[in-house]
Parts: sequence; C-alpha cells; structure tokens
Amino acid sequence: MAKIQLNGKKIKIHTNLTIKDLVKKYNLKENKIAIELNGVILPRHRFNKRKLKNNDKVEIVQFIGGG
Amino acid sequence: MRKDNLKIDKFKLKSRLIVGTGKYKNFKETAEAVKASGADMVTVAVRRVNILDKKKPVLMDYLNPKKIIYLPNTAGCFNSVEALRTLRLAREIGGWKLVKLEVLADKKTLYPNMVETLKSTRTLVKEGFKVMVYCTDDPILAKKLEDIGASAIMPLGSPIGSGRGIKNKFNLSLIIKNSKVPVIVDAGIGTASDASIAMELGCDGVLVNTAIAKAKNPILMAHSMRNAVIAGRQSFLAGRIKIQEFASASSPKKGLI
Repeated sequence: MAKIQLNGKKIKIHTNLTIKDLVKKYNLKENKIAIELNGVILPRHRFNKRKLKNNDKVEIVQFIGGG
Repeated sequence: MRKDNLKIDKFKLKSRLIVGTGKYKNFKETAEAVKASGADMVTVAVRRVNILDKKKPVLMDYLNPKKIIYLPNTAGCFNSVEALRTLRLAREIGGWKLVKLEVLADKKTLYPNMVETLKSTRTLVKEGFKVMVYCTDDPILAKKLEDIGASAIMPLGSPIGSGRGIKNKFNLSLIIKNSKVPVIVDAGIGTASDASIAMELGCDGVLVNTAIAKAKNPILMAHSMRNAVIAGRQSFLAGRIKIQEFASASSPKKGLI
C-alpha cells in the first residue's frame, strides 16, 4: 500500500497504481480533467507511465459552473 | 444589417452576450439558460473533482465545449500565483488559450487587485494565452492592460453579483473611446436595462451571470438579456438623438385646426 494525498484528502492505494488507474478508479474521463502531481502539471500522455509513490500529492480538477 | 460579430482574438461571436454558468440550481437549468441567452461563449471555473461522489454530474456533459466556447476563469484567486496555476490547469483540460483573468483583492467587494492583475496578464501573454481581463473602471489601467497585450478589457459595472448596474458611465465611456480591443462589462448587471445601457454606451459586449441565474425565472431572464443586448447594440449603432433642454413637438404645426 502507498499513502497519497488526493485533492487534499489522505488516501491509501495499492502500490504500482498508475495515474491512469487512479483516474479510472474514480470514474473520471481523461479528456475532462487536468492533473497536477506534486505541484507540476502532468500531461495526459504520461498518465499511464507515472506510478504513484508514497507521499505523492495529486490534484485532479475539472470545469464547473462559474461567472 | 450586415453581420455585426464580436471579434475577440480569433474568435467571432454572433452574440454580444457572454454568460456565466455559476449559481444555477443544476446543470440542466444552466444549459437551458445558456440556450435561451443565445450566447456563443460561457465562463467556467476550475475546481477540484469531488472524489467522494463518483456519480456527480459534470458540466461538460451538459454544455458541449465543441459547440460553445468555454472561457475558463480564475474566480476565487487572490494573487497571481493562484491565477496562473488555475489557468495553466484549464489549458491542460482542453487546450484553451482564451481565458478570463480575474484576480480579486478583497472578499467583501470582490474588487480586482490591479497590481496582481497586471503582473498576471504580462506572464499569461508571454505564455501564449489570450487574456480577457476583469478590471476596475479606471481608464488609465484599462489602457495599460491593452498595452501589455490583453485581448479584451472587462471593467466592472459595479461589484460582482451586486446587481447595482453601471455605476460610472463616464469612466466606462472613456475606456471605450480609448480602447482598440473589445470592452466587455463584467459584473454588476442587475437587470435587462443595465445591459442595454452598457451596450448603448458603446461596449462591445456584456457578461452576465447572477442576474440570470438568480432571477425568479432564469430562462426568461436569459431571453430578456439577449434582447436587451441586441436592443442596446442596435441603439448604439443607430445613434441616439441629442438631449434637448426643452420639448420639441413630434406632430407638425401645419394644418392644425
């Protein structure tokens, strides 16, 4: 298991989980989100290459209603 | 009348009304109001995905970004660092370069922090963004924003969501006269006549959110705003009469019995 922070919440995940797996796990569509990993934007083509490590901080954002 | 599109950077908009998508009851109502408004462009905010609710509806399922132009904003950002982070993420979602910069100074008035706004605009322009900038109605600062590469100037009519209308028509008309890029009133519109006033002054467009979303009947208000913007624009193009001190009879005196 690895401990990561996802959108400000501490969660436990299986080791070897990629960002792509994480996106799938939360039922999200890749083309409707953007991801920041440890403060740096992670391009979509790297989602399946980057495995999550202990203490990683992940932010997943999307568009919502706003003025 | 020939086509009277609003051109912002490379984007040609048929409607001069831009609508916000916040404060609606649900996304269905948002989509209906946007349709009724006739707007080609909508503002959207960037926020964390709710990881606790996997079935939460997504705005993009209700408003197709291939059919309507998304204008990501930086609402809620109080400094340049937050604003830049938000817009870089927004660009990552869909490749959007046309964005609305809004750096706030104070939670009570939601007035723009112009120091941080100017700083952010410079950086965003350097990074290739096309920036529409929420700003104070100061003609000098508005010109400065244009000089550093803003794609549109968006002065407030009055504070965001206040519904107080255009509080300084004189300043707004100075901004319009001096600007070579589109001037769009952002914030303060309370009702249809406010939107018409902005357009009659010569604004290139109007951005409305709260006045539609919080109306008793948002869909009807969206229609109303659509008409008000068209009416105001046509009135501006037609050229209003001069204001006279005394009356001027409309009916001829000749033939009077």
